[in-house]
Amino acid sequence: MSTLVSIVQRCQALFEDLRFDAVRQWKAAAPGRKAIGYLPWYVPRELVHAAGMLPVGIFGGGDQLEVIQGDAYYQSYICRIPRSTIELGLTGRLDCLDGMLFPSICDVIRNLSGMWQIMFEDKYVRYFDVPQNYDDAVGGAFYVHEMRSLVDDLARLGGRPVTDDDLRASIAVYNDNSRAMRDLYALRSAKPWQAPTSEVYLVSRAGCVLPPEEHTRLVRDYIAAAEAEKRPRRDNARVVVTGSFCEQPPLGLIKSIELAGCYIVDDDLVLVNRWLLDDVATDGDPYEALARAFLHRSASTASKYDPRREDKGRFLLESVRRHGAEGVIFAAPSFCDPALLERPMLQEVLARHGVPYTAFKYAENTGQMAPIREQAGTFADSIKLWSAA
Amino acid sequence: MTAPTPQPVKAAPAKPQVVKEDAMWLQKELINRNYRELATAREAGRKVSATFVPGNLNELLMCFDFARSLPETNALQNGMRKKSGKLVMDAERDGHSEDVCTYVKADLGMMLNGDVGPTGEPLPKPDVLLLSYTGCFTFMKWFELVRQKYGCETTMLHVPYQGDGRISPAMRDYVVKQLKQEVIPTLERVSGVKFDIDRLREYMKESQKAEEDLVSVLQSAKNRPSPIDGYFGAVYYIGPIFTAFRGSPDATEYYRVLRGEIEARLRAGKGPITPEGELAEEKYRLVVEGPPNWTSFREFWKMFYDEGAVVVASTYSKVGGVYDFGFRHDPSRPLESLAEYCLGCYTNLNFPQRIDMICRYIEDYQADGLLINSIKSCNSFSAGQLLILREVEKRTGKPAAFVESDLVDPRYFSAANIKNRLESYLQMINQKRARGVH
Repeated sequence: MSTLVSIVQRCQALFEDLRFDAVRQWKAAAPGRKAIGYLPWYVPRELVHAAGMLPVGIFGGGDQLEVIQGDAYYQSYICRIPRSTIELGLTGRLDCLDGMLFPSICDVIRNLSGMWQIMFEDKYVRYFDVPQNYDDAVGGAFYVHEMRSLVDDLARLGGRPVTDDDLRASIAVYNDNSRAMRDLYALRSAKPWQAPTSEVYLVSRAGCVLPPEEHTRLVRDYIAAAEAEKRPRRDNARVVVTGSFCEQPPLGLIKSIELAGCYIVDDDLVLVNRWLLDDVATDGDPYEALARAFLHRSASTASKYDPRREDKGRFLLESVRRHGAEGVIFAAPSFCDPALLERPMLQEVLARHGVPYTAFKYAENTGQMAPIREQAGTFADSIKLWSAA
Repeated sequence: MTAPTPQPVKAAPAKPQVVKEDAMWLQKELINRNYRELATAREAGRKVSATFVPGNLNELLMCFDFARSLPETNALQNGMRKKSGKLVMDAERDGHSEDVCTYVKADLGMMLNGDVGPTGEPLPKPDVLLLSYTGCFTFMKWFELVRQKYGCETTMLHVPYQGDGRISPAMRDYVVKQLKQEVIPTLERVSGVKFDIDRLREYMKESQKAEEDLVSVLQSAKNRPSPIDGYFGAVYYIGPIFTAFRGSPDATEYYRVLRGEIEARLRAGKGPITPEGELAEEKYRLVVEGPPNWTSFREFWKMFYDEGAVVVASTYSKVGGVYDFGFRHDPSRPLESLAEYCLGCYTNLNFPQRIDMICRYIEDYQADGLLINSIKSCNSFSAGQLLILREVEKRTGKPAAFVESDLVDPRYFSAANIKNRLESYLQMINQKRARGVH
């Protein structure tokens, strides 16, 4: 069994590798292999996997990438992830990808899909719409069509058909991966001192570049190693972090929240790994199974419509209760329409239920952590004071 | 997003311009009447709907006798009347981020201030929010926010984006199914009025006529001199058809009158009417991408006409419907046609389509170049505009320029900065002309 240190070191190396060497190595291991990038928040990776390709999560350039060319494409009031993604593309770091999928998360990523079509003409590019209508016969039918259309494209790109059995097998692989991720999050919730988010996040991010089978093993290894490790338990405040489902905060920011006295017991980082809440059926029509899972058994996020007023904030509130959280930290990227427009609604729901919260903005390259640490620390202190009262 | 009420012009226009004023006053009368209808909807026993300009299903809403409110128009009218700055700041004080759409904040600020509309008359709480989710992500959150505040019924119409530059049958079917199974039943239930598809067809016949006349007006700018300004002037022209009037006989009449006036100006070889009278000489012909700034609309326009710059075509005048490439509402297939209308609105087009459109405008309207007015708080338009600029320059060889402002946040309008950039840009066009590069 790998040691905890070696697992975390491996994940950290994968996280820091902006040349995507893991992807290049996977492709080089067998002739004709293809890799398809996707942006947050969600694409059904099962489809890519079923086509024999590697789905690769692209979450911008983080705080290690100097953005030079990317800034020439965006005004100062646009968030950072599109400009660092363009930087990755223009500097050849994404050459290992044979295509890119842009899900319907917001207008910035939507427009980036068209920019990619123009700037990288030799690559397969697809805007991937997910339904905002949750009726199986309406939104479900549309979504099934979208998925079938994507699979047709991938089959052409890969030069081989994708059968329903291929897809069922891939669904099973991702079910396994999702179970491992749920177990990882359950461990962190139960014993956050054993599995700090600064590690859990890296383990999760590794799933963006590793094949799912390998990632599942990695997650299981981490769980075993983390449980075996003896780590001190602190009197920290238990918090849920929300609003970070697209552009990711720098790792230093996650560490700062933890150092400030918070145990993060739930979050929406790298949401794609935990988007579907339970197993997808592996019998019957696999497209319809994926559609049903999306429509009826998926998480909630700002980019997904809440059909009823009373649904707003319910998912977050349940997360708070399920994980025994004492407060919520709204951590959203600057200029993030979905997260920032959603925030006041969620805050109102939390206030109504007496859940304390605090809020700040970040960018993927935020360098000044002192204000974050101060704010998170004050928040943790106030929670402790309230809970003692 | 559209339809400012025309302000009185500074000097009394000469006699032939009175005809022009007729259409402008007619439009003002329409807009004001709509605000009166909204203000008195409750006492008249009418239900109230709210929806957005892109994907505005006005003909459908009329089938249920709704009084019709358009929050974008309310926000821009408040911007024109210099009221939006306080509303935006009130919303920010109430917890809304400084980073997000100022239309939304102006609307929420208006709610916080007792829902007094731009004309000073009260705006009623909507009975139904028709969330036509077309070409703008913010719409979804906007109506979720309004719903959270008011608790009113909301019906979502998800309009898929033209990611690969075409409308597929599956996209159209998806929208039609939502209309049949979600939107129409909700509107029936809220209004208490049974849906009558023949009534919808009748409205759509009216829409066709108005659309035909609007296109004729907009395309008159292909002439030299252009008898219209296709941006600052066009926002008046698109007012009725983009808001609460498309499909009504009033709108048809407005566009008939307007077309007659523009054709008369064309025959007389006249340029566009500006707030300070008729433009004497057309020196520059520009295409503009992006919405205007509303809080300093007049000042912004003046920068152009003072230099003899006429906007001959704009993308913003297509935000509530792209009609100049052939689309018309089709009463023979009403729901399918409504779906295609929504799917075809400008901000629902992908980037290659938008760039193609602009390049085509530059060619068809013999423009000297492209000016982009980038709006701080509108990602649907603004994200990626710098690539549009590069691509259009590359493909057409015409110079492009970039200015920045905001929709209704007066804090983000820097007149000196914009004027400097515009003047530099026009000098660049002159230099190109001097070198024989057109």
